[in-house]
Amino acid sequence: MATAEHKHPNYIAIWIYLAVLTGVELVVALLHFLPRQMLIGALIFLAIWKALLVALYFMHLRFEPKRLVVMVLAPLPLAVILVLFVMTEFGK
Amino acid sequence: MSHAATHTIEHAEEGLGVYTQKLGMWVFLCSEVMFFTALIGSYIILRWGSAESWPVPAETLNIPVTALNTFILICSSVSMVKAYAAAVHDDQRGLKRWLLTTVLGGATFVGVQAYEYIHLIGKGFLPSSGLFGSTFYTMTGFHGFHVTCGVISMAYCTLRAFRGKYAGGNFHGIETVGLYWHFVDLVWIILFTIVYLF
Repeated sequence: MATAEHKHPNYIAIWIYLAVLTGVELVVALLHFLPRQMLIGALIFLAIWKALLVALYFMHLRFEPKRLVVMVLAPLPLAVILVLFVMTEFGK
Repeated sequence: MSHAATHTIEHAEEGLGVYTQKLGMWVFLCSEVMFFTALIGSYIILRWGSAESWPVPAETLNIPVTALNTFILICSSVSMVKAYAAAVHDDQRGLKRWLLTTVLGGATFVGVQAYEYIHLIGKGFLPSSGLFGSTFYTMTGFHGFHVTCGVISMAYCTLRAFRGKYAGGNFHGIETVGLYWHFVDLVWIILFTIVYLF
């Protein structure tokens, strides 16, 4: 079998990393020590951080050929356009 | 098969430098990104564009239980990736064990979500309960449907693993299903934040 010649990352370390980030999310969301706008910013940042860990290490995007990564990234600008540009309607 | 035909197929296999099953799954997942973006985008637009004040999710939804469920889904992603590593190293015992753990994790997630729905419906929170009700059930419902499909696919893979179909380092099927499973986990990470924590 050709592919999968890359070294396996330390999956358990990434699991602990994700668990800690989920804990941080809960603390930020439930303890209400941040103003509303900062809270939303922090939660989006944490969610993207976790999603990146899953995509890069569990889905092995870090070890895939660049051409595949480019293909996978293609819908993301479209997704951002879809959400952000319509949000400007509400000025928030 | 003629020499020319064989050559064409081999050439096609080279494509993006990954095998065809994996490429097909990634193309499918790219379309899924747009599907979930449409749902999440609609939610954001409806929520922030809503003239009425939006209900506080934490007052209706049970955040600690769902946070635990999120953790269960993350754990099942880890067990899936361990199953993949076991398949690559032709560790058949490990493969079966980790696949079973993943199926169990996924089924638990669906079970907790079903419990959550029953509890919420009992409290009178229905898809017809305003914009929050309809968007909540549409987003979590579609995600739950994806998880259910994943559990069924992985149960099938587990059966195949017990029949020795992934012996000899034949990991392609496991990796392809795994990609779908991690994507479902990734979408939940985003949904949990947007629907439950905002």
